[in-house]
Amino acid sequence: MDKTEIHPGGERVHVDAHAHAEHHEELGWWRTYVFSQDHKVIGIQYAFTGLFFLLFGFTLMMIMRWQLAYPGRPIPLIGQWFGQDRAPMGIMLPEFYNQLGAMHGTIMVFLGVVPLAVGGFGNFVMPLQIGAPDMAFPKINMASYWVYFLGGVTMLASFFQRWDHGVGAAQSGWTSYPPLAVIAPGQTLWLVGMIFLITSSLLGSVNFITTIVQLRAKGLSYMRMPFFVWAQFVTAFLLLLAFPPLEAAGVLQLMDRLAGTSFFMPSGLVVSGKPMLIAGEGNPLLWQHLFWFLAHPEVYVLILPGMGIVSEIIANNTRKPLWGYKALVYSVVFLGFMSFIVWAHHMFMTGMGTTMSAFFQTTTMIISIPSVVILTALLLSLWGASIRFTTPMLFALAFIPMFGIGGLTGLPLGLAPADIHLHDTYYVIGHFHYVVAPGTIFAMFAGIYYWFPKATGRKMNEMLGAIHFWGSFICINIVFMPMFIQGLGGMNRRMYDGGMQYAHNKELLKYNLIIGIAAWSLGLFQLPFIVNFLGSIKWGAPVDKNPWEATTLEWSAPSPPGHGNFLTEPIVYRGPYEYSVPGSAKDFTPQFEPERA
Amino acid sequence: MHSDPAAIKKSVRTYFMVGAALFAGTVITVSANQVHLAIPIAITVALIIAITKGSMVAAVFMHLSHEKKWIYGALVLTVIGFLVLMTVPMFTMMDSIGTPDAQAGAPHAETPRH
Amino acid sequence: MNIPYTVEERPDSGLANGKLGIWLFLASEVMLFGALFSTYIILRTGASEWPHGELNVWLGMANTFILIASSVTMVMAWASLKLNDWGKHRLYLIATFVLAGIFLVNKYFEYSSHWTRGELPSRSTFLAIYFTLTGLHGLHILGGMVVMAYFIGPGASLWKRNPDQFANRIEYTGLYWHFVDLVWIFLFPVLYLL
Repeated sequence: MDKTEIHPGGERVHVDAHAHAEHHEELGWWRTYVFSQDHKVIGIQYAFTGLFFLLFGFTLMMIMRWQLAYPGRPIPLIGQWFGQDRAPMGIMLPEFYNQLGAMHGTIMVFLGVVPLAVGGFGNFVMPLQIGAPDMAFPKINMASYWVYFLGGVTMLASFFQRWDHGVGAAQSGWTSYPPLAVIAPGQTLWLVGMIFLITSSLLGSVNFITTIVQLRAKGLSYMRMPFFVWAQFVTAFLLLLAFPPLEAAGVLQLMDRLAGTSFFMPSGLVVSGKPMLIAGEGNPLLWQHLFWFLAHPEVYVLILPGMGIVSEIIANNTRKPLWGYKALVYSVVFLGFMSFIVWAHHMFMTGMGTTMSAFFQTTTMIISIPSVVILTALLLSLWGASIRFTTPMLFALAFIPMFGIGGLTGLPLGLAPADIHLHDTYYVIGHFHYVVAPGTIFAMFAGIYYWFPKATGRKMNEMLGAIHFWGSFICINIVFMPMFIQGLGGMNRRMYDGGMQYAHNKELLKYNLIIGIAAWSLGLFQLPFIVNFLGSIKWGAPVDKNPWEATTLEWSAPSPPGHGNFLTEPIVYRGPYEYSVPGSAKDFTPQFEPERA
Repeated sequence: MHSDPAAIKKSVRTYFMVGAALFAGTVITVSANQVHLAIPIAITVALIIAITKGSMVAAVFMHLSHEKKWIYGALVLTVIGFLVLMTVPMFTMMDSIGTPDAQAGAPHAETPRH
Repeated sequence: MNIPYTVEERPDSGLANGKLGIWLFLASEVMLFGALFSTYIILRTGASEWPHGELNVWLGMANTFILIASSVTMVMAWASLKLNDWGKHRLYLIATFVLAGIFLVNKYFEYSSHWTRGELPSRSTFLAIYFTLTGLHGLHILGGMVVMAYFIGPGASLWKRNPDQFANRIEYTGLYWHFVDLVWIFLFPVLYLL
């Protein structure tokens, strides 16, 4: 008997009874949409949660920028919501400013960008791009999402914890340096939250590496993998090996806070005029080493998936192969390896001697080479191209100069003598935001516009996308470019009055107002994106399997793919970027098509 | 790998022999401790014995001696990371510019802080 | 849904998924304990004096013997499966579980003797790192015991349904267990002897 059925992508497909029984075990609503083991559902869960936290972290920053633009003025509209402990009469207390600052960093990095970039894009796209039916360990995948969720809830809850003199979250920077972090309020839940998040990451990275090694489709050799997969592969190794020291350090700091140990507490500490009754002989620098041992590779975790996404989109919208695929692969692997031995360039001002400073300076300069190779390869990929200015391509194109600025401004920070002047100033904030905000987050937007059709079977609106892009691009540069000027002028970071108390900042204060207005405008320009994203799920123009005419494996699955992803076993016949091959009828030859057109 | 019964039977003998060797190694390491060596030598001896014992556990019990390339590769990377973590922070503290801690002899804690 | 290479090995890597997965997990554990060993080194080199004789060397040595024995019984539990001897497998697995339990009981006596003498983690950086290193190690022993209990109890039925998969899982449990033993092989001399 010939049975047919409609698959999620809309195609009518022949199904034999046995496969039917296998594919359609009736899982209830909870097991299908909430506690799902399907990498696509988990990826979407990560993406939605990550996007929520990005918005939340962004909102924290918008509130901070009010205090910096108008120090001491009551926060409009929402000021009274914060209560007496945070903003009496709507005027932000310094402690609240510090909470906003510490949590903005923590939430953006650990709850927003990485879950979206790795948990969201990695989970959804990677198995499809390698032709796998799912991840190697679906149950562990599900667990990793829910542990992340718990970590997020813990971090949010930390805003409401009460202590002796007030209420609120961690306020010792996202870096949580002792001794301050050990004695400051709000850190305990932060540390517990971090332990959840790190555990989630470790579970995920084991899954990613195993999946890429073990579940590649027939014909998909390593050097035929899309660069996005390489980027996720290296990222997973960074997470696997670099996160555990921070997990250990988090436990140690928790013990310092709760059990009175002195892992990080030096002898002779005096707090508010009273000597601390602790054993002492601990070392605050030990925390810094363990923290930065993770946090440096972490910044590559932040950027690598974005580079992968941008690479896919550039190849697709230039209708040319990526320039220097081999160089890209070797560079990203070398970068991953080097990222483990540069961390103390965050510690140049801790009293390190010249030998070790020179060591870290050297490794830091060396690591800039693969980054430049990658960026150059992306830039050269544009040469002679017939560019399709789709919304994903707008964001991907902007990534190149934006990451370029971010990367180049990092060089003086990596040179110990220059860092003496620039450390802990707004220059640093400008540098790292350029790489993460118009860098990674633009890459995230690009990826969302690009893979939305695969996940939903519909396209997002191009007009709203263009407004989102141009508004964001202009505003984001106005937010971060002045910070270099402020930093070079000597304005310190983490000061709740915007630097007013120092005479040398006088000429730099005006930028705070400009930055604030640009930041709030940037917030407004995310509205077209939110409307577009949510609205297109229901009302976007329907598409079929391969609306972008792309070459990689995920475009051979239905849009959206069903359980098990592919209707027939995917087989790979060639490399990932066979665009505009001379002599073929179409301007692209997918990896999964047996014969050239 | 070794899935056929004859090979496994041979391995069984090896397992028990390694177990005995590990017991012996433990006795040696405790005895070596009774001899009062200078600290650097004591550390070296203890580490050599521990590394020998650990290698036997890894090679034989964990079958690492005939494991696949991917496992070796991941472990080599890990060992490098481990060594970096052991040595580099210490080097930065040895090579520091600053005054040594004035040990004021902080009083002992009576109750843990919250 | 059927994920390939869950039981059988993938030709080019020569591995089943779980084997690679457990080794990657152990790699991350090396870095976790590594951070604590690094902490030990830094705290010790920064301390004005480092205590000796506060720990019971004989109890530590006994525990070392116990853990080594449990490693032998663990690998034998897996080897017995490969030799199709279900009875021996049960014996060895239960023996491993019992030995692990004895280790933890010894640690309990050790800890309580410290606590009654007021030797808490807050007393000195030595005690702090001692309790943290052995405490984290002890948690790993407990975790291993939970997994073993599962395979002694409800998980044992997998042997009838899919003997190869069950043997693999025992192998992976063994790899984890040997790692826990390996950590102790370094912990014991570092904390108790040096």
